[in-house]
Amino acid sequence: MSLVKMTASALAITTLSATVATARDQVQVAGSSTVLPYASIVAEAFGENTDFPTPVVESGGSSAGLKRFCEGVGATTIDVANASRKIREKEVKACADAGVTDIIEVRIGYDGIVFASQTNGPEFTEFTAEQWYKALAAEHFIDGELVANAFTTWDQVDASLPAVDIQAFIPGTKHGTREVFEEKVILAGCEEGGFYQAMLDSGVDEDTAESKCMAIRSDGRSVDIDGDYTETLARIDANNNGLGVFGLAFYENNTDKLKVATMGGIAPSTETISSGEYPVSRPLYFYIKKAHIGVIPGLKEYAQFFVSDEIAGPDGPLSAYGLVADPELSATQSSVAEEQTMASGS
Amino acid sequence: MSDATAPATGPAGVRVKKMSLLEQDDRTKRRNAAEKRFQFYGLTAITVGVLALAMLLISILSNGLSAFSQSFVTFEVTLTQEQIADAEASVVKTSKYSAIIKDNFQTALAAQGLADQVSVDDAMGLISKEAAAQLRNVATARMGDDEDVSRSFTFLTNGRIDGYYKGRVTMETAARDSNISPEQLQLADQLREAGLIEKRFNWGFMTMPDASGQRPEAAGLGVAILGSLYMMLVVLCLALPIGVAASIYLEEFAPKNWLTDIIEVNISNLAAVPSIVFGILGLAIFINFAGLPQSAPIVGGLVLTLMTLPTIIIATRASLKSVPPSIRSAALGLGASKMQSVFHHVLPLAAPGILTGTIIGLAQALGETAPLLLIGMVAFVREYPAGPPEGLFDPASALPVQVYNWTQRSDPAFFERASGAIIILLIFLLFMNALAIFLRRRFERRW
Repeated sequence: MSLVKMTASALAITTLSATVATARDQVQVAGSSTVLPYASIVAEAFGENTDFPTPVVESGGSSAGLKRFCEGVGATTIDVANASRKIREKEVKACADAGVTDIIEVRIGYDGIVFASQTNGPEFTEFTAEQWYKALAAEHFIDGELVANAFTTWDQVDASLPAVDIQAFIPGTKHGTREVFEEKVILAGCEEGGFYQAMLDSGVDEDTAESKCMAIRSDGRSVDIDGDYTETLARIDANNNGLGVFGLAFYENNTDKLKVATMGGIAPSTETISSGEYPVSRPLYFYIKKAHIGVIPGLKEYAQFFVSDEIAGPDGPLSAYGLVADPELSATQSSVAEEQTMASGS
Repeated sequence: MSDATAPATGPAGVRVKKMSLLEQDDRTKRRNAAEKRFQFYGLTAITVGVLALAMLLISILSNGLSAFSQSFVTFEVTLTQEQIADAEASVVKTSKYSAIIKDNFQTALAAQGLADQVSVDDAMGLISKEAAAQLRNVATARMGDDEDVSRSFTFLTNGRIDGYYKGRVTMETAARDSNISPEQLQLADQLREAGLIEKRFNWGFMTMPDASGQRPEAAGLGVAILGSLYMMLVVLCLALPIGVAASIYLEEFAPKNWLTDIIEVNISNLAAVPSIVFGILGLAIFINFAGLPQSAPIVGGLVLTLMTLPTIIIATRASLKSVPPSIRSAALGLGASKMQSVFHHVLPLAAPGILTGTIIGLAQALGETAPLLLIGMVAFVREYPAGPPEGLFDPASALPVQVYNWTQRSDPAFFERASGAIIILLIFLLFMNALAIFLRRRFERRW
């Protein structure tokens, strides 16, 4: 019994002493699952190349990461939030309310979104945004009226496409990728095909027209994938006619199983994305708490290491993994070096 | 009315003709048929269960066993002090070391007459990106010596080359694969014949930390196993004494009134609370209020303690209850105090049950991921935590977390690793259950 007492009290004492000494010696990162592979590559290299401990990287999504980022200042909160989208006004406000006022925004590069199918599936090789809109929209605007999408096979959408059932696996609404998909593919297709204009002409206001354009059909032809790309890949594997939406990096790691289609005649690659030719891409960011620089050892060094030419540049490991290098990387490097915060109140 | 009297009397109590016992009447036949049917249902249920288990084990073993072997490439590397100094002066030091490995590998290939098979960069593609870090560790240790480093190194091969030896990558898939070419695979074949590449048991899978998506071949369970071990230590040191003390008080000393009834009901309810709820509680109390560090095994252990307590209390109370009251009466009758009777007689007799309950509770806690999600343990952690007790406050991951993380990675090699991690987790669970059975048997002899 005395042994039990001893261990219990020893543990209680260590617990108490730890509450006093909360200093942390490694950088703590959380956020977007799209940025996670890049962040972990950088964390790994950072640990290998410096005397600082390897940062701890968590995923969980952009919104969840930014929410934790905005919980406050101090060693029990995270230092860096990864995001596959820009921080929202609302989030900046929430941050400010919790005392996180000085935030440094770092853009690390661009991520492409690609459309791929089984290697031995139907010949899906060329797409346009308009075709995707026609295939996946919930309702079509025909002769001044909104009618439910009647297309069931791709050749009904466009004669040049294979005569197979429409079966698309797109990211679920909790993913940042979904937002990009809706805006840059579905809405763009709606505008390209003149459906948006037609709706405006018939007296529909802009907001309604936009949301009608972006509404995705829910009759089972388009399936939301709430998990990650490995789940989309599994669904494509099991479905010969399936088409999936993937990140470029994921596709590049699975080129033996997937074949990619062009969008608007442009094949996705790091070159076409960085030149802006390939239409479906988005910037990736991470956000740093300025108040933690100098308190958490290695935080600024981590950020500088991340955006250095050797890491985030076109010949670095991130580019090799599928990140499209930012042409304005040097501007980012100097803003990190000067600890430039986001303009407050903007 | 019992069935035994049924053959003698008819439905309304009217006497029926007596029959031979060997000749079954309709009713007996029906009863026998019902019994046969029930046995058949039971057998079917068991068969389905066994088949499902067998399928699970076969799929996990067939996918995961390959994670325990890995291919390595061995060759001579010469490193001058100038090269070390030059590499250490750059920002990304490992890229310099990588270039040094590239040169040395080319020399090794030339010695085998294989230098012109593929380009220099493609040849380097055979070697894991972990190699540069491995070389740097040796280089920094030897920095400042006057001698140059010249010795043979064994590096991991790239995940795709390893996959080729395991049948995951073939010449056909390599032709479509942007990360590897059939020519590289041919070179790997020739190197294997020349004895430079060999496949062997991979201890690194159990000892090395996690690795990023670019080097699945280097990913291991070291940090996860340590993290799980630390958490189990915390759970054992807290949940066992607290749980046993609470049950002894409730069972032996507490007055039976409405208050203890409420406590009892609540303990049973707590056992059914989804584990994620304990994660939320842990985040609010241990991290936000008490200020404990994130991603630390101490917080994970405390959360899992809360989760395991009801299981332990319920098991302990059941085994205390099963000790015959005559033992207590005899002890009290011989003049023992209440406490003496409990600690000298009841508790030792209940110990096997308590131990079983505790170990099953621990096994449950070992496999838990959901509560760890909220306290930051579902993370990419590469630093080993220090030894206990300080190490309890360092970041670590856990075994089930590693399985979860690996299934999400894009490189197919991680799939094999995830199944391998499941095998390790199952071995731990098997070991714990075996320990529970062993301890119970040992203690039971004292009865």
